[in-house]
Amino acid sequence: MHNPPDINYPRIIRAGDRAVTVEFSSTIDEVSNRQVLALDTCLSTNPPAGMLETVPTYRSLTVIYDPQVVRGAAMATELGHRAALQASSDTGGRLFEFPILYGGEHAADLDDLARMKDLSVEDIIRLHLEAEYRVYMIGFSPGFAYLGGLPEILHTPRLAVPRQRIEAGAIGIGGQQSSISSLPGPSGWRFIGRTPAKLFDVRRDLPFLLKAGDRIRFRRISEDEANDLDRRVARGDIIVREIAA
Amino acid sequence: MSNTLKILRHGPLMTIQDGGRYGFRAFGVSTSGAIDRASHAIANALVGNDREAATIEFALAGGVIEADEDVVIAVTGGACRIEIDGQSAPPWESHILLKGQKLEIGALRGAVWGYLAISGGISTAPVLGSRSTHLRTGLGGLDGRNLIAGDMLTLGATAALELRTLGLPWFRRPGAIRVVPGPQDNYFDRETWTTFTSAPFTVTTSRDRMAMVLDGPSLTAAKGHDIISDATVVGSIQVPGSGKPIVLSADGQTTGGYPKIATVASVDLARLAQLPSGQQFRFRAISADAAEDLFIDEKRRLDTVLESVCQPGAKRYWT
Repeated sequence: MHNPPDINYPRIIRAGDRAVTVEFSSTIDEVSNRQVLALDTCLSTNPPAGMLETVPTYRSLTVIYDPQVVRGAAMATELGHRAALQASSDTGGRLFEFPILYGGEHAADLDDLARMKDLSVEDIIRLHLEAEYRVYMIGFSPGFAYLGGLPEILHTPRLAVPRQRIEAGAIGIGGQQSSISSLPGPSGWRFIGRTPAKLFDVRRDLPFLLKAGDRIRFRRISEDEANDLDRRVARGDIIVREIAA
Repeated sequence: MSNTLKILRHGPLMTIQDGGRYGFRAFGVSTSGAIDRASHAIANALVGNDREAATIEFALAGGVIEADEDVVIAVTGGACRIEIDGQSAPPWESHILLKGQKLEIGALRGAVWGYLAISGGISTAPVLGSRSTHLRTGLGGLDGRNLIAGDMLTLGATAALELRTLGLPWFRRPGAIRVVPGPQDNYFDRETWTTFTSAPFTVTTSRDRMAMVLDGPSLTAAKGHDIISDATVVGSIQVPGSGKPIVLSADGQTTGGYPKIATVASVDLARLAQLPSGQQFRFRAISADAAEDLFIDEKRRLDTVLESVCQPGAKRYWT
């Protein structure tokens, strides 16, 4: 009943009677996330009978199946074969440029962060802006993007007491991760800015802007430009640019 | 001209729910849909709808509604006092609600989630392929919110004003709530696992369509209460640092960072969700294979009951 302490990866775990999870690692790292997405691509290209949907996360892929069509034991075997065959790299997602307004009312933690790191606010912004981020997974709420690639110096523990409401578009830091909020909601992460872009808008033909494996660079914008972009987003424009790698 | 249903008085939580929203968990979108799928399907069958058609799900108690055309209605989920213009109308069978008549649905007894199906089904605009309401993100249903007095809902056309009844009874078996160990049962030591599968638990009043917080002995994860966030499913039993297990329900988030000691067997999801707050129950571990067998059997049993729906007075299977 209990899993043995020594674990070999990839590891196949039954998660109830309608899901099987393939774990590639015990850590958050780009290699295992690439394995997750490579397996996901393999499954969507050639779906096993009975597979209903998949949920890629940092270092594991969960497959939800219909036990009336395929039994979990058979699905686990199939996933084991496919996971063993995976090359450790996916095709390396799309690269997007996101406008970001640092500071202001949606950046309640920017000053604190600078104090904690003994850096100037401009240093924090420069460090955040220089990095390229990778979307490790979408989860928690529709379109919410968990990003990897945050420079180590900006890693910061979450707040002890979460805030009740963080607005959509807020750019957060939680531990070694960064995030872009998709909907208003509570959060214990630290926030340094916002993007006018909407990660999730059900009125659009493509409701979700990002998917796991995509990459992001931020472009700093002024308050005026942010306001202008807000108006365009309200009209339904997609203001995020896909750029050549 | 489409028919319209009007909410005259609302219960504590009424939402539009159908068979669920599939294919978007990878984008963080919960499945949603009726919490008690069988009761929802039976309500639909009793009014001649497709089994996944949109119904009104109500928590604890219904309300008062009326329609602007003659329709067929059925209420399921549990025992409940129902009146049409003051005339008693039992649950688990269909009734004709004439234009302008008032349907009053009282409190559920021994259950938490009830279903009101109306012939033609509720035909609000689907969002991402489903009419189900997800309250936290404001998706689906009527503007993504709970229904309140004054709301008007468009209905599909009623094919025929025919009464129907179940030819076979539908019942929920008593007994322990069965769970499949894991996926993070290895975060808990043997003693904690034994406590989990032997001590009584109750569902607290901290419950909604997203999750149920349980009360019982505190469960401590020997390996800590943080995992690298991974996928959750409906029925995942998360154990946060408080030691009080949280069972994710239809509207539960798609990923989570707490260790999941076990996963509720699909066959028992509705039975757990329908337990009144404070009522004791126990967990019993079974294998994933056994849980699948039970789920498949339960689906067959439901199919048989749905096929038994017939006109009142028709020969019943068990007589």
